[in-house]
Amino acid sequence: MAKPRIATTSLAGCFGCHMSLLDIDERILQLAELVEFDRSPIDDVKRIAGRCNIGLIEGGCCNEENVAVLRHFREHCDVLVSVGDCATMGGVPAMRNLVPLSECLREAYLDGPTVHNPGKRLPDDPELPLLLNRVYCCHEVVAVDYHLPGCPPSADTLWAAVVALLQGTPVTLPYGLLKFD
Amino acid sequence: MTRLVIEPVTRVEGHGKVSILLDERNRVQQARLHIVEFRGFERFIQGRPFWEMPVVVQRLCGICPVSHHLAAAKAMDRIVGGERLTPTAEKMRRLMHYGQMFQSHSLHFFHLASPDLLFGFGADVGKRNVLGVAALHPELVRQGILMRKYGQEVIQATAGRKIHGTGAIPGGVNKNLSIAERDELLADVEQMVTWAQSALQLAKDYTLTNLELAQGFGDFDSNYLGLVRADGALDLYDGGIRAKDKAGVVLFDHLDNQRYRDVIAEEVRSWSYMKFPFLKALGPANGWYRVGPLARLNICSSIDTPLAEAARAEFVRISGGKPNNLTLAYHWARMIETVHAIEKVRLLLHDADLQGTDLVTSGERREEAVGIIEAPRGTLIHHYKVDRDDRVTMCNLIVSTTNNNEAMNRAVTSVARKYLSGVEITEGLLNHVEVAIRAYDPCLSCATHALGQMPLQIELFDAAGRLLHRMAKGMAAR
Ligand code: SF4
Repeated sequence: MAKPRIATTSLAGCFGCHMSLLDIDERILQLAELVEFDRSPIDDVKRIAGRCNIGLIEGGCCNEENVAVLRHFREHCDVLVSVGDCATMGGVPAMRNLVPLSECLREAYLDGPTVHNPGKRLPDDPELPLLLNRVYCCHEVVAVDYHLPGCPPSADTLWAAVVALLQGTPVTLPYGLLKFD
Repeated sequence: MTRLVIEPVTRVEGHGKVSILLDERNRVQQARLHIVEFRGFERFIQGRPFWEMPVVVQRLCGICPVSHHLAAAKAMDRIVGGERLTPTAEKMRRLMHYGQMFQSHSLHFFHLASPDLLFGFGADVGKRNVLGVAALHPELVRQGILMRKYGQEVIQATAGRKIHGTGAIPGGVNKNLSIAERDELLADVEQMVTWAQSALQLAKDYTLTNLELAQGFGDFDSNYLGLVRADGALDLYDGGIRAKDKAGVVLFDHLDNQRYRDVIAEEVRSWSYMKFPFLKALGPANGWYRVGPLARLNICSSIDTPLAEAARAEFVRISGGKPNNLTLAYHWARMIETVHAIEKVRLLLHDADLQGTDLVTSGERREEAVGIIEAPRGTLIHHYKVDRDDRVTMCNLIVSTTNNNEAMNRAVTSVARKYLSGVEITEGLLNHVEVAIRAYDPCLSCATHALGQMPLQIELFDAAGRLLHRMAKGMAAR
């Protein structure tokens, strides 16, 4: 039987959730026995190559590119998991929802104390994805099957959840593994 | 013109994309690394209480959160007038920082870069990842995993948790190191020193064996910048700013951190959310510089731990006293620092000050402060203003990777010119461009102001700007 496939991506997150996944340490090698890795920032697969059983999403959506990647994951993954506070509720990046985007851009590219911008031009090249008016968490954009809280969820939390999903058993996490910080 | 895009850049932290323009004869005319993410921390953090900074701002980057945690804490120390930390506080923070350096450098070397170095830049995409390496060199990967794990455990013992800890607070720390924590870390430290030395040997041998390749692979002169101790020695936690030019001439030395604005400005360019820092005295065109392991080895006068110092002497020798200008030499320099970091951890673990109980100091309150630290990827600058009601009113962040923005772009251009001009472009050739980026171990996730999607994808356009050919890494042309 073919191994289950797993894909992971980081949208508007800090990579801390991916780092927490790597904190399973030696169990990474065990995981490699259990699954086939599809697209992930830790390999060079740039677009999902085949149908995936599990998709792990870190981060919410702050630009159009995030939205496209998230939709692509939803389309190609049987089970989609929002990993961490950014994916499940926007997290720290969503603090920008409290101020207009234009003010954030102004501070970074016009008003900051070390800014050198004689032409007063904001980054606007077509190569750059359009920013969204606010930061969205994943289930505001697509249907999400599971939410793992934490900033980041601990390695043990991630391990327990992924193993349960792979074995098709209900994901029941003990109280100690469910934390929002 | 033909346009190629590499999207996303992988095996780096964060999100980036490369675009390459080819002329009618398929010669590379332009190559750029775009950071496509924007977060806006500097603005949305305004109005928050200052003591939140060390825990909030680290959410810029989960790969080296300790660096942001400590840079913000160093600034907040000054805000509360507590910059003369107690010995216990300073040593706890240093231990945390060296643990961080050890885990981050190990992560980069083993988990991210090793496939390129061991299999070659154009190797099959399917095996170009850490699991591919594990299949052939299981012991090496096991050591890498355990080295990173050890660094993470040092962080946990000092910061309270492995990612996004809370150990540093304005004016000090909130815990010391218990005897039990110390003994647990001591149990493995000798093993870590040994493994770090073999990783260093590997990186050194790689560089020397492939010197010819390295000399034509994104090698270029630049200025270099970083912190040094009062005697000029490497100091990753604290020091004055030193800059050298391409010939190794000191441009300025021991500059007070609070005055960073006198020497550095950042140019905004329309095609990247990441700004381009430069030395003001030299201007945007000539003032750009490199930071990080290579730069630190080039600017420091010595290293105060014996194994790393011996390695530094060898490193300096191959460039004949001038700064080493090879992009690929970053790996070697990074492993010298890895050895240095673990030597420092070992020394600190034997220091009884870590069990001290005097954890916090304060003094006269200030309204403005700068905190600078040498993060794994280079000099990291945090600058804040705080009002009388304890609210942050201004925040300026110059993240390590931002300091390398121009250098990474030059590396991308030079490698693209050399390997992609006038040939049929394959996935393996595209990876060469990423190898050059990876050498800088960029953290495109925290690259300030940049909240980025950074995949690697290449598009080709004809002279009229029509899309001819598009390739994304790991996917057939479409
Ligand atoms: S949830 Fe926390 S650790 Fe995860 S990406 Fe967001 S900020 Fe980083």
